[in-house]
Amino acid sequence: MGKIIQVGMADVKLTRAPDKLMTAGLGSCIGICIYDRSLKLAALAHIMLPSSVQAKNAQNRAKFADSAIEMVLEDLVKEGASRSRLQSKIAGGAQMFKFSGESEIMKIGERNAIAVVENLEKHRIPLLGKDTGGNYGRTITFDPDTGDLLVRTIGHGERVI
Amino acid sequence: MVQDFSELSGLQLDALREIGNIGAGNAATALAQMVQAKIDMTVPEVTILPFAEVPDLIGGADTHVTGIYFNVTGPAPTSILFILSIEKACLLIDMLLGRRPGETTAETLSELEMSAMMELGNILSATYLNALAMFTQLTFLPSVPALAIDMAGAVLDAILAQFGEIADHVLVLETQFVRDQEEVVGHFFLLPEPDSLNTILAALGVSF
Repeated sequence: MGKIIQVGMADVKLTRAPDKLMTAGLGSCIGICIYDRSLKLAALAHIMLPSSVQAKNAQNRAKFADSAIEMVLEDLVKEGASRSRLQSKIAGGAQMFKFSGESEIMKIGERNAIAVVENLEKHRIPLLGKDTGGNYGRTITFDPDTGDLLVRTIGHGERVI
Repeated sequence: MVQDFSELSGLQLDALREIGNIGAGNAATALAQMVQAKIDMTVPEVTILPFAEVPDLIGGADTHVTGIYFNVTGPAPTSILFILSIEKACLLIDMLLGRRPGETTAETLSELEMSAMMELGNILSATYLNALAMFTQLTFLPSVPALAIDMAGAVLDAILAQFGEIADHVLVLETQFVRDQEEVVGHFFLLPEPDSLNTILAALGVSF
């Protein structure tokens, strides 16, 4: 039995099978799983914001979609992964609160999802599964052995993508 | 200018705690009147936490909670979040609507129960902000309430994301409401934006 490694908000973790990667309570944040199936090696990033470019404080690269993906790719390659074999799955990007006059910040989930997809495309990482949007939270567990991403919710079912 | 929350002095932290005390004291009185029960509050705690640790204050990112959020504008923009476990929220709704304890459950929450919760949030935040306004002579304008019933991490992350562009930590002024000296009813969070903190501290006469 492998361990389950927890990934916190604005954090990145790497592991190999039989261990699994898990992050709890994704709302507007997005969990990005990037993995090399043949090595059974995977990384999970829990990002909060779409872009580090405009940010006044971008020291923590794991916080932003663009810099977190770059960081994950560097880390995976360092661990022996091949760039051409990498694949990805993502979940999260919900809009938890609804206001009548919706402010930009409250659409953060949608903006996060767009930025993640764009950055994966930019680095030519195929996106094999995506469970984003809605107005509910998600807890996700990634299994580097099978490449399965388990998405759990409260009141919106459970699924494997 | 507070660049980093860790630069706050003991005097400044005391001043913030005192605001929390008065604000939450008024809110606790309002809550007690609404539910006709004795509601006490804990001494407010000022904590400076990395984002990832905020959900731990309310039992972890996976905990099923009810959150009522207010975006407060004015010279010192702030976020207010009243958050409580789903079980406690149902008990509060029972009290508010004059039902038997246990009658409301997570499965039966409908528009009526949710608007009761939002109204409760309205009154709590208004009384809290009134005290804060009197103390600081600043104007605080709360938005309409927004309600989310879901995992604690999910309820918090969009709010924390607002601080993410400038900070890795958040200053949380937390008070717990306690009923009959044991049950923790809910947590009240005041999350000032870093610039607002300077404005509030200056208004209190304890700026740098």
